[in-house]
Amino acid sequence: MKLSFELNGVAQYLEADPGERLLSLLRRIGMKSVKEGCDTGDCGACTILIDGRAVRSCLMVAPQVQGKRVTTLEGLGTVDDPHPLQRAFLEAGAVQCGFCTPGMVVIAYELLSRNDDPTPDEVREAIAGNLCRCTGYVKIVDAVLLAARWKREGRWR
Amino acid sequence: MAVETRRRSAVGQSVTKVDGPSLVAGKPVFTLDLDLPGALVGKILPSPHAHAEIVRIDTLEAEAVPGVRAILHFGNVPRVPYTTAGQGWPEPSPYDTVLFDHKVRFVGDRVAAVAAETEEAAREALGKIRVEYNVLPAVLSPEEALADGAPTIHDEPDSEGIYDPKHNIAAAVDIPVGDVARGLAEAPVRAEATGEIPYSQHAAIEPHCVLAYFDEAGRLVLRTSTQVPFHVRRIVARVVGLDPARIRVVKPRIGGGFGSKQEILLEPVAALLALRTGRPVRMSYTRQEVFVASRTRHPMRVAVRLGAGNDGVLQAVDMEVLSNTGAYGTHALTVLSNVGSKTLPLYNKARHLRFHGKAVYTNLPVAGAYRGYGATQGYFALEVAMDALAEKLGLDPVELRRRNHIRVGETSPIFEKIGEGREGTAQIIRSCALADCLRIGAERIGWKEKRGRRRENGPWVHGVGMACAMQGSGITGVDMAAATLVMQDDGSFRLLVGATDLGTGSDTILAQIAAEELGVAVDRVLVYSSDTDFTPFDTGAYASSTTYVSGNAVFRAAQDVRGQILEVAGAALGEPPEVLELAGGAVESRRSGRRLTLAEVGHRAMYVTDQKQIAATASFACPESPPPFAAFFCEAAVDRETGVVRVERFVVAADCGTAIHPQGAEGQLEGAVLQGIGHALYEEMLFAPSGRCVNASFFDYKIPSSLDVPQIEAILVPSEEPTGPWGAKSISEIGINGPLPAISNAIYDAVGVRMVRAPFTPERVAAALRMGGGG
Repeated sequence: MKLSFELNGVAQYLEADPGERLLSLLRRIGMKSVKEGCDTGDCGACTILIDGRAVRSCLMVAPQVQGKRVTTLEGLGTVDDPHPLQRAFLEAGAVQCGFCTPGMVVIAYELLSRNDDPTPDEVREAIAGNLCRCTGYVKIVDAVLLAARWKREGRWR
Repeated sequence: MAVETRRRSAVGQSVTKVDGPSLVAGKPVFTLDLDLPGALVGKILPSPHAHAEIVRIDTLEAEAVPGVRAILHFGNVPRVPYTTAGQGWPEPSPYDTVLFDHKVRFVGDRVAAVAAETEEAAREALGKIRVEYNVLPAVLSPEEALADGAPTIHDEPDSEGIYDPKHNIAAAVDIPVGDVARGLAEAPVRAEATGEIPYSQHAAIEPHCVLAYFDEAGRLVLRTSTQVPFHVRRIVARVVGLDPARIRVVKPRIGGGFGSKQEILLEPVAALLALRTGRPVRMSYTRQEVFVASRTRHPMRVAVRLGAGNDGVLQAVDMEVLSNTGAYGTHALTVLSNVGSKTLPLYNKARHLRFHGKAVYTNLPVAGAYRGYGATQGYFALEVAMDALAEKLGLDPVELRRRNHIRVGETSPIFEKIGEGREGTAQIIRSCALADCLRIGAERIGWKEKRGRRRENGPWVHGVGMACAMQGSGITGVDMAAATLVMQDDGSFRLLVGATDLGTGSDTILAQIAAEELGVAVDRVLVYSSDTDFTPFDTGAYASSTTYVSGNAVFRAAQDVRGQILEVAGAALGEPPEVLELAGGAVESRRSGRRLTLAEVGHRAMYVTDQKQIAATASFACPESPPPFAAFFCEAAVDRETGVVRVERFVVAADCGTAIHPQGAEGQLEGAVLQGIGHALYEEMLFAPSGRCVNASFFDYKIPSSLDVPQIEAILVPSEEPTGPWGAKSISEIGINGPLPAISNAIYDAVGVRMVRAPFTPERVAAALRMGGGG
């Protein structure tokens, strides 16, 4: 089938099998930040935004993004121009192996887009579906709170 | 080596992780992020039986599936006994495994492998391989394995190094010091505890995966998620029958390992599929396969008996272990040995010791290396027994540890008696801040105010518990690391290390260790690691070795390069190297104040006078293994009605010598503690009577989420390890040893029941409460 959607601000027109997993499709077209940790929606490593809402791309198929706005971690920032959330993850030491990081940053982005002054418990609740085995989540929560503070201080772009 | 006291500009700073910017940007840095045109997909056919002979295997129908390019099974693959353990040489694990056997030994064991153009074709082909099994009686517990007349799991004639194959004993140890029976009999106060730890999983979020492909020269490249690239090269070459010189192993970023990626699992299969087809091959375990077919912690029963004087000083310690190694003996002997070697030296006052045990085969998933590596199992029983001993003595548990723990200048006979599958190495403790850890941790948790004063809040009863632990820093007589440090013409450096950063941050701390010696900012040291073609040898990332062993190699290389820089600069300035100082990216003369930037030094060495490459390669072999120490304190609440245990606060105070990267060291502790809390409260692989794992998913096997995290406080308590790079010791494993006993002891403080079987599920705690533990 022909698929058209917006990916990180750029219009996409491509062929996709209607049964193709969204996770596979995004990786196939180069969005390698979208990670596969379980394929059952339990780990959150494949978290992306569709029209600003966080979803697990392993549980979706290609046609579900028809006409939608898709954001992956690549759309938030780059090595040379990182998003404040990405900077906060580095500064707080929230990255160990980095495999869960893309999903964590995306889910945190969704949280901060609706609440720029979350409590630590609200952060923990928001990221509860994203598993990390390295950090004990301590510094991930710190990172999200740090980014939230920066946002409130007007230090986001 | 002597640690010079010099201003530290790089060491001790929580600099940005060198790989951090690409990781947070989601760059394609992991194994499977590399697209290889024309890559086939490899998949493995798992055994549906716990124990069976393969009578016949028919692949005709599977081969006819469009897109199938190769099928491997016991009938068409050379039979080479090996171990998947991924250890140095000589390998202490038995050679009891072949790539594909005519016998399967657990549900999930490898039966065949397929390479096909697509994942769908590979799956379809797996379904069409016809296998006729002769199902054998299965052994599903260590007790059954040791029973008279138990089926023999390893009856193949070509295995080597199994302790007693006929009786399913993979490994056994019995190490006496003094006379433990007499010591226990004569001790005025005795206590004991038997701890049981079930099957549990590393659960790194990135599944095991590998890409096998051929380079321009036709050499085989394995890009793999491994902790041991050099061992992969050596072992894969032997197993697939290829000259090692034709194999390159590249480790990109790894999505967590914790020991499970020390195992060499997919690499030889992918290599063979690539060799058979001449095509690139991509393989990855599914999450279910990770659970069932990768590796687990060794389930164990550890019985500790303590005898002490009325003053609380230990006189005798007996530790007996029954370890379940599953279907294969990978790490069976060494994990078993570590149960004693990493625990018994901590309390070195006892004259009479005995460490004895067996690791036995069962028809269950295969246990392997897992963070803590036996010490976790040992400390659970030891530290619960110490808590019981403290109670009998009427002594504060912290005070009991104080009276018994090892100190600087002391040793333990265990260091020499137990090594990695052989004798160990005598060593003296040169750094130990455990006394400070105990004091600081106790203060932080409010030990004096809370211990023995259970606080009640409805059905919830609060208690506090504590435990201590040590680990090691590398394996003496085994581990070796090398580093090559090269100066560029712009005055920056390239650091090439065989060391394997598996998310632990070792690339960063190795750059810091070099930068400190070279007097430059960390970002002037470009690290390239873990590529068997381009980096020098390193035994790999296990046994808490990297900071200490690889770090010492880097330190030595940096010392050498520093000397060369001063020589070149001295010649340029016409001054002797002794009056020159290297700092702030420049060489400066203390005598004349004249200065040369490193860029000028590099430029001169390469283009101007006495042209040469400023570079050095250095090695470090591990003559001793300085232990890090830690004290753990936990406040837990127990619901007396439901048996639910809630960890409210967890404090760990740890001595890792100098923390090269404090934030990273804290992160290691926090992550290890939460894994340990998972082990204590809910993690357990469960099996059907057929031997099939019934909770092989993140949905059914719970690892802690962000909602399960108590307040974790990681405190770094400094010491100075004179043999470590800039005074450093290890930190990555020790944190996992404390939660099981500290939580168990907190539960006892709260409700008076000793939880000795992990995990402490509500059912078990409630049952224990009903059985009439106090309350």
